[in-house]
Amino acid sequence: MDLFPLFNSLRISLIATLITLVTGILAAYFVARLSGAVKGILDTLLTIPMVLPPTVVGFLLLMLISPKSFLGQILKSYFDLTLTMNWYSAIFAVTIVTFPLMYRTVRAAFEAFDQNLLYAGQTLGLSDRFIFLKILLPNCKSGIIAGVVLAFARGLGEYGATSMVAGYIAGRTATVSTTVAYYWQIGLDGPAVFWVIVNLVISFAVMLTVNFYEKRRPVRKEAA
Amino acid sequence: MSLYCRIEKHFGPFRLDVEFDAGDEVVSVMGASGSGKSMTLRCIAGIEKPDAGRIVLNGRTLFDSEKKINLPPQLRRTGLLFQDPALFPNMTVLENIRLAAPRNAKVTAEQYLESYGLDLLGNRYPDQLSGGQKQRCAIARMLASEPEILMFDEPFSALDTHLRWQMEREIARTIAGFQGTVLLVSHNRDEVFRLSDRVTVLTDGKSEELRTKQDLFFRPVSYADALLTGCKNIFPASVRESEIEIPGLGLTLTCSDAPENVRYAGIRAKRMLPGYAAQPAEEYLFLNYRVLNITESIFTYIVEILPENGTKSLYWEIDKSVYAGIKDHAASVAIPRKELMLLH
Repeated sequence: MDLFPLFNSLRISLIATLITLVTGILAAYFVARLSGAVKGILDTLLTIPMVLPPTVVGFLLLMLISPKSFLGQILKSYFDLTLTMNWYSAIFAVTIVTFPLMYRTVRAAFEAFDQNLLYAGQTLGLSDRFIFLKILLPNCKSGIIAGVVLAFARGLGEYGATSMVAGYIAGRTATVSTTVAYYWQIGLDGPAVFWVIVNLVISFAVMLTVNFYEKRRPVRKEAA
Repeated sequence: MSLYCRIEKHFGPFRLDVEFDAGDEVVSVMGASGSGKSMTLRCIAGIEKPDAGRIVLNGRTLFDSEKKINLPPQLRRTGLLFQDPALFPNMTVLENIRLAAPRNAKVTAEQYLESYGLDLLGNRYPDQLSGGQKQRCAIARMLASEPEILMFDEPFSALDTHLRWQMEREIARTIAGFQGTVLLVSHNRDEVFRLSDRVTVLTDGKSEELRTKQDLFFRPVSYADALLTGCKNIFPASVRESEIEIPGLGLTLTCSDAPENVRYAGIRAKRMLPGYAAQPAEEYLFLNYRVLNITESIFTYIVEILPENGTKSLYWEIDKSVYAGIKDHAASVAIPRKELMLLH
């Protein structure tokens, strides 16, 4: 059995999760400090991919990067580069679909964080950068990890937008979820069941990790 | 060493309008909940921005709305102790203190630990400390940042009664060793009286002129002063020619120098005497009364009495030893004339 779809899914989701980890944290930090209408509007914009059908995300993404689009034409003619129908095309789709999960989870952690600790840091003369990296992030660790796990798990299972921008090309763009769909469409239940089981095993492992971590969390670091 | 502070800030329907000029002293900011006391300290520290005003600390302008100066909190060198200690939970006690210290600190973090009785707890994390230890660590950390002003925002409110006194002594010691202005926000009139030199009263966000604590507590001039300093008996009063009338008590007294603007009269519950003990009689006002209710306190009884010709009851707080004696005498209470507070 060719395990390429598993490898491809893992690398796509891993890279997309790393991108949303950084962008999600920065966006959450920025939005959590805003207030009023600006915050409401920006928050809605950043969250919308979560409630849109993935096919709509895929369609919008194609309008932006397909070879027929303005950007696609420029990349094609100047760099001979096509952003669709490659293994990495799915990274764009997965990043957009998983971003709101990361962003919202981290923002909730930031907003639940005791603001007086940030103010105390400021009055003590600590730089905003130090406060962000050494006080805010470490103390919001569990929220950030929850966001990473959720985004990674969601990324592994992404189908709709991925199939539109990356398609199904065996050995090139196939992922676990597009492979299941492919075998089902051509009526090969055997391989389809195999990939369904792979999917179940991964989801189970992810949720087990989350639960294990949740149980360990209350145990604090003991004093030296 | 001085602080000049003028702050105007609107939030919602509320308007903060504070102005005071403090020297090398302890100034308390008193006022009911929601009167803007904490907001004032936060504006000075720079974590809230006033709409208008000017804040000058030891000659350095921290904020000036006209000159568009607004130093970030990091450059203000103000020490602010919050209601909760706000220690960084991911760092040990020693790390908490060490990271606040400037590079060429005069006193080492270890010396602060020792000074605040934390020398054996340096490697503990904040959630392994008691409430008092946390607050001591927060004070040590604030001092380690070498601030030019100390501000305490209700530092005792999160502590148990038995810890409050210890903490108050700790803060008194900190204040005594500090050169510069100290601001204290507190609800507790006893703590304010013991710790501070002067007091400013905030009423609905508006500050009154700074007064010495003696002036505020012994010679209050307004209804708000009397209420804030814990006066339990305040009644509407009016001045006509050289007479003061207090209808609620059924009392009219002659007073040649009463100010025109008197609207209320107040008497502290602890300042009244049993009628038989009041000598010489011309220095007292006497009221015959009926007892409505008796509440037993630890060292005193608080008796609610209704004056014979009055319509309003008043509270009289009597030492238990004195209380034992009044039953044998006529029900008469004496109010020292000089203790009657005339308020506007």
